[in-house]
Amino acid sequence: MPQIEIDGIPVEVEHGISIIEAADKLGIPIPRFCYHKKLSVAANCRMCLVQVEKFAKPLPACATPVSDGMKIFTRSKAAVEAQKSVMEFLLINHPLDCPICDQGGECDLQDLAVAYGSTKSRYTEEKRVVVNKNIGPLIATDMTRCIQCTRCVRFLKEVGGLMELGMINRTEHAEITAYIGKSVESELSGNIIDLCPVGALTSKPFRYSARGWELERRPAIAPHDGLGSHIEVHVKNGRVMRVVPREKESINECWLSDRDRFSYEGVNSPDRLTKPLLRRGDQWVETDWQSALEFAASRIKDTIARHGPDQIGMLISPHSTMEEGFLLKKIAKGIGCGNIDHRLRRSDYRLDGNFQGTPWLGCNLTDINQLDRILLIGSILRNEHPLLAHRFRCAVKYNEAELSLINPLGQDFLAPVAHKVITSPDGMVEMLLQVLKAVSTLERRLLCLCLPPALTRVMETVEVSETARAIAASLAGYGKTYDLISPRVGVFLGNLAQHHPRYAELYTLAEAIASLNGAVFGVLSETNNRVGLNLARAMPRRGALNARTMLEQPRKTYVLFNVEPEFDCHNGKMAADAMAAAECVIALTSYKSEALRDADVLLPIAPFTETSGTYTSMEGRVQSFAAANRPLGECRPGWKVLRVLGNLLGLEGFDYESSEQVKDEVFEGEAPSKVVWNRLNNNLRVLFDIEIRPPSMKLQRIGDIPLYQTDGTVRRAPSLQAAGKNCIGYVSMNGKDIQSAGLKPGTLVRVSQGGESVELPLRQDDRLASGCARVPLGPSTARLGDLFGEIRVEAIR
Amino acid sequence: MNEVCFRTRHLPNPASLETYRSIGGYETLKRLVTEKVPAAEIINQVKLSGLRGRGGAGFPTGLKWSFMPRYYDGPKYVICNTDEGEPGTFKDRDIIRYNPHQVIEGMAIAAYAMGARVGYNYIHGEIWAEYLAFERALDEARAAGFLGEHLFGTDFSFDIYAHHGYGAYICGEETALIESIEGKKGQPRFKPPFPASYGLYGRPTNVNNTESYASIPYILQYGGQAFQDLGVPGSGGTKIFSVSGHVEKPGNYEIGMGTPFPKLLELAGGVWKGRKLKAVIPGGSSTAVVPGEIMMQCTMDYDSIAKVGGSSLGAGSVIVMDETTDMVQVLNRLSYFYYEESCGQCTPCREGTGWLWRVVRRIAQGKGRPEDLDLLLDVSNNISGRTICALGDAAATPVISFIKHFRPEFEYYIQHGRSMVTG
Amino acid sequence: MLSAEAIAQIDRELTKYPPEHRQSAVISALRIVQAEQGWLSQENITDVAEYLGIPPIRALEVATFYNMFELKPVGKYKITVCTNISCMLRDCASIVQHLEKRLGITFGETTPDGKFTLREGECMGCCGGAPLFHINNTDMYEFLTPEKVDEILEGLK
Ligand SMILES: Cc1cc2nc3c(=O)[nH]c(=O)nc-3n(C[C@H](O)[C@H](O)[C@H](O)COP(=O)(O)O)c2cc1C
Ligand code: SF4
Ligand code: FES
Repeated sequence: MPQIEIDGIPVEVEHGISIIEAADKLGIPIPRFCYHKKLSVAANCRMCLVQVEKFAKPLPACATPVSDGMKIFTRSKAAVEAQKSVMEFLLINHPLDCPICDQGGECDLQDLAVAYGSTKSRYTEEKRVVVNKNIGPLIATDMTRCIQCTRCVRFLKEVGGLMELGMINRTEHAEITAYIGKSVESELSGNIIDLCPVGALTSKPFRYSARGWELERRPAIAPHDGLGSHIEVHVKNGRVMRVVPREKESINECWLSDRDRFSYEGVNSPDRLTKPLLRRGDQWVETDWQSALEFAASRIKDTIARHGPDQIGMLISPHSTMEEGFLLKKIAKGIGCGNIDHRLRRSDYRLDGNFQGTPWLGCNLTDINQLDRILLIGSILRNEHPLLAHRFRCAVKYNEAELSLINPLGQDFLAPVAHKVITSPDGMVEMLLQVLKAVSTLERRLLCLCLPPALTRVMETVEVSETARAIAASLAGYGKTYDLISPRVGVFLGNLAQHHPRYAELYTLAEAIASLNGAVFGVLSETNNRVGLNLARAMPRRGALNARTMLEQPRKTYVLFNVEPEFDCHNGKMAADAMAAAECVIALTSYKSEALRDADVLLPIAPFTETSGTYTSMEGRVQSFAAANRPLGECRPGWKVLRVLGNLLGLEGFDYESSEQVKDEVFEGEAPSKVVWNRLNNNLRVLFDIEIRPPSMKLQRIGDIPLYQTDGTVRRAPSLQAAGKNCIGYVSMNGKDIQSAGLKPGTLVRVSQGGESVELPLRQDDRLASGCARVPLGPSTARLGDLFGEIRVEAIR
Repeated sequence: MNEVCFRTRHLPNPASLETYRSIGGYETLKRLVTEKVPAAEIINQVKLSGLRGRGGAGFPTGLKWSFMPRYYDGPKYVICNTDEGEPGTFKDRDIIRYNPHQVIEGMAIAAYAMGARVGYNYIHGEIWAEYLAFERALDEARAAGFLGEHLFGTDFSFDIYAHHGYGAYICGEETALIESIEGKKGQPRFKPPFPASYGLYGRPTNVNNTESYASIPYILQYGGQAFQDLGVPGSGGTKIFSVSGHVEKPGNYEIGMGTPFPKLLELAGGVWKGRKLKAVIPGGSSTAVVPGEIMMQCTMDYDSIAKVGGSSLGAGSVIVMDETTDMVQVLNRLSYFYYEESCGQCTPCREGTGWLWRVVRRIAQGKGRPEDLDLLLDVSNNISGRTICALGDAAATPVISFIKHFRPEFEYYIQHGRSMVTG
Repeated sequence: MLSAEAIAQIDRELTKYPPEHRQSAVISALRIVQAEQGWLSQENITDVAEYLGIPPIRALEVATFYNMFELKPVGKYKITVCTNISCMLRDCASIVQHLEKRLGITFGETTPDGKFTLREGECMGCCGGAPLFHINNTDMYEFLTPEKVDEILEGLK
């Protein structure tokens, strides 16, 4: 290892690292603008010039590799002179109006200018003015402030996966822009706000609303996908002003998805419920907590008395904390009701009772980067877990992983995909069967699986396609130019797979394929806390009703915990009907909602920013957090409301004083890590029997959950809605199907399902499996039926 | 006359394959390839020849070739740099016009010696006719079996493609040129890594100037020593000097290195209109200006121009200025050039070239201020050595040297608001 | 939409580069389309990007970086005069003046009849032939005198 000296301090450093990396490790500050440890080195700002012994010219620390015996001076006269001159150049065309700049107070240029700038400018010519750009609803631009460091360009290309920004022109007219008339659409776009060292790119929703120093900064855990990204919530006068990432290398690195960054706007929405409401006829009337809770408790008792506890159904949002899930379950148990579930968007529960543990990712997030071969089944990954998609892209780009996808619709993965299968929902099962058969006939398979007899029989009849063979070969380590003897393989089921009507079969086949390959087998988390709510057992007792059967067999009384029935359930129509028919609906909710029109009482509970609690991410990381902000109005943390409800119902053991006490009970006094260690397990007790179905001749709906429709908070964030407006409110089919159905793209068509119908514009999307119509969840489609299943699309006469 | 690159210029139909073959063209390539002469021996001859890169930096060509990794699993490239756009430089165009096959043979020999299978010639955007001519020469060479698969029945395969630029001086810089072939803006890369380890498409790549490649067949035909002997120690061979500006006969003159400058001036017909020599830029606009009387003491080789002239030979682009020349206006134009051609990537050049030009322009417009000359020198020094590529230095050099040698003219402009020379 | 001829020419350029580096042909492709259309519209740039399979911003970067691309309509004949040092020393100013007077436009302008556009160029690597200009990026005219300029302009219909 090279021995070097920086500012007189001798150190031994890794071979091949740059001077700036070495200095960063030592904590020696070297000024920089273009350098960022996660991006390629551009070396264009020249701010990091340092003096190196034996070199006549100063060298850029970011781009100069260390070599043995190197003596580096970061603060010598020559170094500081070089740095000062660069600063002077940067400032000649910079507006220098920090007091009115949104970045003021948190600007790298401002900070460094104080340290390296001179007070008087020697440049007296006119300053450059750059025409401003509109790059979408999330990012505000002030391009005159830009110092051309190209961090934003490099981020979108290298991490975002698609070059959406570029630097056009040359000379001092070089400017950063998106393509003419385009906005930046990356689901990770907000990171360029953090990356921009000056005030050229700032947060549009946050703009001009506060100064950095006025904000209280509270750590929190991001609530919208399975990663559990670390965030910091910035609060001013009791209002969340913005959310930024906290660096956590093993989870979100230093990034954040736009959904986790901007969803706080939903928390500030005018829809927020701030007082308990009771229904009086057609009217909502405000009431106090005591009356509201007593009302709720009495209705529950009344239902039990008149119909038995079985007539109660409890649905809890899979975004709830473990404490909330646990307490609701405890209430259910206490009153003798087994019908509770958080898996609201599932439709296939045939595996219940057959799991050996709580399904999880099967590996750590960081392991994804190291995989060599990947099979991803049923996932619109960039929508489901934007930053996980980044890790998969890293595996493909930097580890040359081969990625195979099996999906009913295509999404540009923004990295090369080795094998892509786009097929109908039934076709997905069939394809997995083929892959399983192909794998089991390969010489390299790890072991012989004992398949259930019916599956073995089915396998005999399956004809293996070329693609299936190619996927199997890839998973086994065969390669185009090089065979891997012991590839690291991962087989994963995405959110879409979990909503799939034949999830049990997909699961079984995926598990079998994974085992034959000695692969990691993982299940992505549909939400931020699916794993946690499974651990907290917010699920039906054996023999009780699950989220779907609770609606199929309507109950007299429902308890909804942060659920907007038609948006959050697999079958919006069925959910809405069940609520309408129920005698009583008790809704604990953060928001007033048209979807809760049939509720009898609305109890205001705190959203993620205003409560303490615990989420367990899909990699099994148990993360507790404190409230970042005090609850708005009279709303209360969910765990407290459930505690009082438990008491009012006369149940034992509801005397918690803190959410930590609840958490202790969730983990039965054990260390969470131990519980996780014992309980996370993706294996089935027995493999499930698969049936082969002839492909349905009827049009199948693909009801995916768009990026910004995941949950009530996101649905209420105006900027995200503006950014995602392109993804909802339409039906799409592939060109051939459109033609054979005699339809025309661009026209309005009638889409009918489950006795409901809506009119939607028709789009052509050739990346959609044939025989399918993609009808994403959205305001206009929420009251249709199953996310998957038969659907009709017809011309409007 | 001893000519190397222009060997065919005086023959009928000089650019044709036929003419080139009449002087033994492609025989050397054939011999090296069929006799399987070891790469090391070829590189040794090139080292022996004293050939230094003709693109401006004067880096020893043999040494450069030896940097290419020998054992490398994958494609390697050789690139010819015909992107000459440095003011004062116009030799490569004439090489392509009069003797394209010698460039092709030179590249093929280079490819053979360095293990490349594909070569590109990057041709300056503004010389379209020459681009077409070079494409024709390539076709001819292919048809005659001097390019393509299994040359001369051996397992050596090599082909060349012409890549046309489209108006960006900076693409002459070798890494910008590589970026440009990759279909990007011509923005230079930071070095290291050098092209020999990370070049075109990330592969080992050798970039040489057109004249450098054109010298290669001669060197391997007659031996490195013979080429060296055409010049002087430290500056082997002949060199094409492009003489422009205030001379009677502007044009390209290929002469032995070490020829006295007065001789070259004489070849170019002397200073025009019988006027007196005021100054010379000896190597293209990026090299320092040299006052006439000093220049008359120089011989045309790397050492003399550096030591006696205090400048550099650059690409041998001799810009001659007579006694009527307004040096402030000349610098104004040159500064505008560097401002206009900065790729815009790195801070000192992007911001500094505009600053320099604006101050020089101010002086040239008669609005200069007393502190301007010091400011110019200071800004120039702040650009020099702090940029990604040498364009920054190239922009600073004229400013520094013009002020150094012709300060009174600048001061006069500042004091009187008009030229000392033209009034 | 790219014309069939343009596609054929671009395809020929593409044979010069490894198949996975289609982007390498972007300068030629834009040049080919510009030669056909006179200038590059946004649609042209999008089409080229699409045909080469690169992000459109990449193509725009290239189109705005290289000086010989025209992003606004120009006259039928674009005359680009070099005014750099060697040309300056040989009085290109008189050629420029002559052109300006004759055409009634200055650098960057187009004659009202849309026939001529005048541009200031940078060094073309032909300094020995100063003063000089090229027309439509392809035809170079050297050793210019006002008379010779007149002759050339007469020849342009
Ligand atoms: C701004 C700039 C412009 C250059 N222009 C040219 C050029 O037009 N032609 C050329 O051969 N080299 C040019 N060079 C030098 C090249 O970078 C490179 O050194 C040269 O092509 C190597 O060839 P050689 O070793 O045969 O000289 C330029 C360098 C810089 C910094
Ligand atoms: S010195 Fe100028 S031309 Fe060279 S990289 Fe920097 S900005 Fe570009
Ligand atoms: S941080 Fe090194 S050049 Fe910008």
